[in-house]
Amino acid sequence: MQKFSGFELFRRALGGHKSWQPQWRNPEPKAEYDVIIVGAGGHGLAAAYYLAKEHGITRVAVIERGWLGGGNTGRNTTIVRSNYLFDESAALYEHAVKLWEGLSQDLNYNVMYSARGVLMLAHNHHDEISFKRHVHANRLNGVDNEWLSAEQVKEFCPPLNIRSMRYPIIGGALQRRGGTARHDAVAWGFARAADSRGVDIIQNCEVTGIRRGPSGAVEGVETSKGFIRAKKVGVSAAGHTSVVMAMAGVRMPLESYPLQALVSEPVKPAFPTVVMSNTIHAYISQSDKGEMVIGAGTDAYTSYSQRGALHVTTHTLDAICELVPQFRRLRMLRNWGGIVDVTPDRSPIIAKTPVPGLYVNCGWGTGGFKATPGSGNVFAHTIAKDEPHKINAPFTLERFRDGFLIDEAAAAAVAH
Amino acid sequence: MLIINCPWCGARPEIEFRYGGEAHVARPADPAAMSDQEWADFLYNRTNPKGLHAERWRHIHGCGRYFNAVRDTVSDFFVTTYKAGEPRPDIGESGQ
Repeated sequence: MQKFSGFELFRRALGGHKSWQPQWRNPEPKAEYDVIIVGAGGHGLAAAYYLAKEHGITRVAVIERGWLGGGNTGRNTTIVRSNYLFDESAALYEHAVKLWEGLSQDLNYNVMYSARGVLMLAHNHHDEISFKRHVHANRLNGVDNEWLSAEQVKEFCPPLNIRSMRYPIIGGALQRRGGTARHDAVAWGFARAADSRGVDIIQNCEVTGIRRGPSGAVEGVETSKGFIRAKKVGVSAAGHTSVVMAMAGVRMPLESYPLQALVSEPVKPAFPTVVMSNTIHAYISQSDKGEMVIGAGTDAYTSYSQRGALHVTTHTLDAICELVPQFRRLRMLRNWGGIVDVTPDRSPIIAKTPVPGLYVNCGWGTGGFKATPGSGNVFAHTIAKDEPHKINAPFTLERFRDGFLIDEAAAAAVAH
Repeated sequence: MLIINCPWCGARPEIEFRYGGEAHVARPADPAAMSDQEWADFLYNRTNPKGLHAERWRHIHGCGRYFNAVRDTVSDFFVTTYKAGEPRPDIGESGQ
């Protein structure tokens, strides 16, 4: 791997930048691997990277139907935070935030993690007591989160209109270590770092079946490029998890919904932080390129269509026009949808399955991006050791049978 | 926005309706005899197909009644709608 540094940039500039190599190979699949990851999104690539880095398993293939990072990794609104209510969730998302903080150095790739703060607005008494409960629970778990008054909210994010609106802002919860990262760079950084450790990333190769032996254990996957043998298969297929798991005969507690996002035309720096409001369904931050990045809600019905209804996005824009009146004059440039897999308790599943050798990392619903490094890290542990890391031990498939749901209201709908 | 054909009221815009999830998930006849796994299957596990999906809708801002629909989850095209209690029409597994 060519190491990126200021010196390298300078040295190659002298040669007209002609000596740069591709950042990852584009190999044909081998006949057999130790581990196959299905899905080259951020989570799958991170799992492959940590399998190689922390567990010494380098005979790994990541198989991707389209191109790497082309699914929800490239479609989300790139928010990072860990202020979840329950101990299990706080531990999982905080694990991810700690990895985010050193990720650019670890990968030698600038993922542009920017801890600009995530501000969740309260508009009524219920919001206030709920957020204060979150603040206290978070601090007990060592996760930073603090309550701001309406005036402090205005001071922290001056463009906000806190008074003259239908539901005035009465305060907010701020996680200062929260922020944003560059979604594409996360996928590319993990891909490059995994590839340099010997992981084969096989794009434009669709998994069409999961082959199981007489004992029921996984033997490998059927793909559009032929059968590939592996004793361990990790499914990290986001919205298509139900479809892939059905190939192994496993029914999942998942439903797939379109989740929409949109961006405005790029403008100069005008919005200093990430602002979200569950109550009026607003969700906005400014990318380093200058676009306002806006997350809308999910559609009401399950779908794989990667587009949603217009009334879902206009609902969010109504709220944003009230919250930040100056944005009424912004033009929206693009909107799109991604397919998110939602669990009944809004918490992910990172676990072994009833099929020996088959592992699944899914159910991230509307908010998986923030967990990318942490999720891949514990999923790699689960695959390598054939048992979960203590952080993902509660996030089993069996919790729905045994009644140990992690009913994370902080993960609801637009609130990512 | 989708246009949905309520079997009682006719074609109406999507915002008049509430989605009710997968159809034909039968409530257990003898709840006490169910194992934990069977409860999990009933309560939580869903087919979530990519293709034709039989699902419940409720015309909440209209007649208020539940009905079923078969919709292609790839194109969101409604193949048919039918009244609650009627069996799923036999239109195969693939889309239009």
